[in-house]
Amino acid sequence: MIKITNLHASIDGKEILKGLNLEVKAGEVHAIMGPNGAGKSTLASVLAGREAYEVTEGSIEFDGKDLLELDTEDRAREGLFLAFQYPIEIPGVSNVNFLRTALNEIREYKGEEQISAKDFMAMVREKSALVELDAKLASRSVNEGFSGGEKKRNEIFQMAMLEPKLAILDETDSGLDIDALRIVAKGVNTLKSSENATIVITHYQRLLDYIVPDFVHVLYDGKIVKTGTKDLALELEERGYDWIKAEVEAK
Amino acid sequence: MGYTENELAKDLENQEYKFGFVTDIESDKAPIGLDENIIRFISNKKEEPEWMLEYRLKAFEIWKTMTEPSWAHVKYVKPDFQAITYYSAPKQSKKYESWDDVDPEMKATMAKLGISMEEQKRLTGVAVDFVMDSVSVATSFKSKLKELGIIFCSFSEAVQEFPELVRKHMGTVIPITDNFYAALNAAVFTDGSFCYIPKGVRCPMELSTYFRINEGGTGQFERTLVVADEGSYVSYLEGCTAPQRDENQLHAAVVELIALEGAEIKYSTVQNWYPGDKEGKGGIYNFVTKRGICERNAKISWTQVETGSAVTWKYPSCILKGDNSIGEFYSVAVTNNFQQADTGTKMIHLGKNTKSTIISKGISAGKSQNSYRGLVQIHKGAENARNFSQCDSLLMGDTCGAHTFPYIECKNSSAKIEHEATTSKIGEDQIFYCLQRGISEEKAISLIVNGYCKEVLNQLPMEFAVEAQKLLAISLEGSVG
Repeated sequence: MIKITNLHASIDGKEILKGLNLEVKAGEVHAIMGPNGAGKSTLASVLAGREAYEVTEGSIEFDGKDLLELDTEDRAREGLFLAFQYPIEIPGVSNVNFLRTALNEIREYKGEEQISAKDFMAMVREKSALVELDAKLASRSVNEGFSGGEKKRNEIFQMAMLEPKLAILDETDSGLDIDALRIVAKGVNTLKSSENATIVITHYQRLLDYIVPDFVHVLYDGKIVKTGTKDLALELEERGYDWIKAEVEAK
Repeated sequence: MGYTENELAKDLENQEYKFGFVTDIESDKAPIGLDENIIRFISNKKEEPEWMLEYRLKAFEIWKTMTEPSWAHVKYVKPDFQAITYYSAPKQSKKYESWDDVDPEMKATMAKLGISMEEQKRLTGVAVDFVMDSVSVATSFKSKLKELGIIFCSFSEAVQEFPELVRKHMGTVIPITDNFYAALNAAVFTDGSFCYIPKGVRCPMELSTYFRINEGGTGQFERTLVVADEGSYVSYLEGCTAPQRDENQLHAAVVELIALEGAEIKYSTVQNWYPGDKEGKGGIYNFVTKRGICERNAKISWTQVETGSAVTWKYPSCILKGDNSIGEFYSVAVTNNFQQADTGTKMIHLGKNTKSTIISKGISAGKSQNSYRGLVQIHKGAENARNFSQCDSLLMGDTCGAHTFPYIECKNSSAKIEHEATTSKIGEDQIFYCLQRGISEEKAISLIVNGYCKEVLNQLPMEFAVEAQKLLAISLEGSVG
């Protein structure tokens, strides 16, 4: 699905990613953990194509295409979705209008027909139920006046609507209470298939109880320094990151 | 969901100013320049009664003693008032007995502008008065409105047929002496629309005037007078376009609204005069005076979407004379390239329990300057007057300017006045969020801008709202990034 090779990226001249390698195959869930400032959110931003970040070296192959050659919107249209850590508010633009625009842009890119109003509304009903998002929120302005939990659920609702190949969840668990966490996880798990893949970026092992990863990677100082299974997450929860730092420095 | 994104995309391909064509039609013009003879010429052409001519001549005398206002935050070369043609009428425009008599070239022009006058084909139920250059060309639905006692006709016709109504109300809201351009208009106005809604009648359709400047070297000076008698209601729409030309053409209109006891007037404008080219050459000078007066329990609501003109100077205002009367002003003003706008409103509270609301949304892009100028005046007797003002500015890029000049004068301590103002830029975060969902930058801007203007756009009648959304997108084309 995605193959990242020797990725170096910087912002304002400061190198954050320093030779990152990662391969995610269809049907897999990968978790990326790591201490603050390791480069987790930078990775998400670089993959999505945020302009402020500059890729100085390396390559990213996404579903057979050179991701770095694609514009931000085309990456999205090719099926890359980022669930934002801090979802953005767009006053006056209804969630529904926003999503219909997005969906139709993606369809147009793929040479498909526009979705009919009827089909679209049916889809909204089905997918909003999945994340237990109040139907009223669907017609409210994008994220405006949403609670923290509602914003995160709205991200998963959008993901459900756009049906991406690769979803990157950037700290989707932050600020969620246990019930909201369960709802978000349920949504993600329901959307999982052998055709798509998920990268979960998180600080805490807690989320991984609900979204069970196939692999857990530790990102430290711009590189993936350790890869394991779910047990690695448990070990990190217990022991913290200091032993990893020590291991890296010992090399 | 009548209007799809697809259609918007198609319209956008047609981006630049699409009303810039000229209709090749013979016209009957006055000689260039302005003096008493020209005024007599206009009055004579219009076969006006003596009192009208006297009114004009009096206005001309007053105008000669006045100087152009220079307090607005706009810079332009002052028009040479002796270099303008003050009267230009499409020939053969005598009087059309029926739609079939209308010149085919004229019909084609209207079709291009999207105006349909053929009543039987008209499904949306909007009565239209079409004014090109100096005269009203045609008015639709007249007979149907007549059954309800509603008068909707060109101003010239009203002077002929309803002189007592015109004489009674004309100049009562905007006197000749009001300002330089209002005085000029009173002297040389050539046509416009007149509308009277009788007591207790709710006008069943939108009344609409479409103003079109066609001839080069002319000015357009039209006058609109709307009188809503006690307990009546009317919604009035106004649209404007002009050909693309290198010269600056002057448009100095006067609009007077009179809402008698318990009446309501909703007046909406979509102003899309030619704004000049990307280098700031050409475009319309839009110097307009609009004001309404509310008697007891009456309400006047102004809604404007201003995307056109090189220079705009315009303050649709409400005099809240009667107790419990309400004034509203909803405005979106967009400036791009070298456009300049100085626009806002005046809410004059005289009566008790009067209420006013001002929602102004300015959007500036390119090298343009966009100013909001507003006055909220609470007079001594205006017990419990209330005003709420919200003035938002949205900046695109870093070479444009947004300015707010709110004036508040309060002489009654029971008044409540609120003023909110914000200035924002279209956030990179917002754009990135849209892009990440697969939405192109162009569409993202259109979404964000329309969202920003929503409170105002919601005030427009459906058909106009769609038109306005398209206009916003077209006006801001290519202004970010």
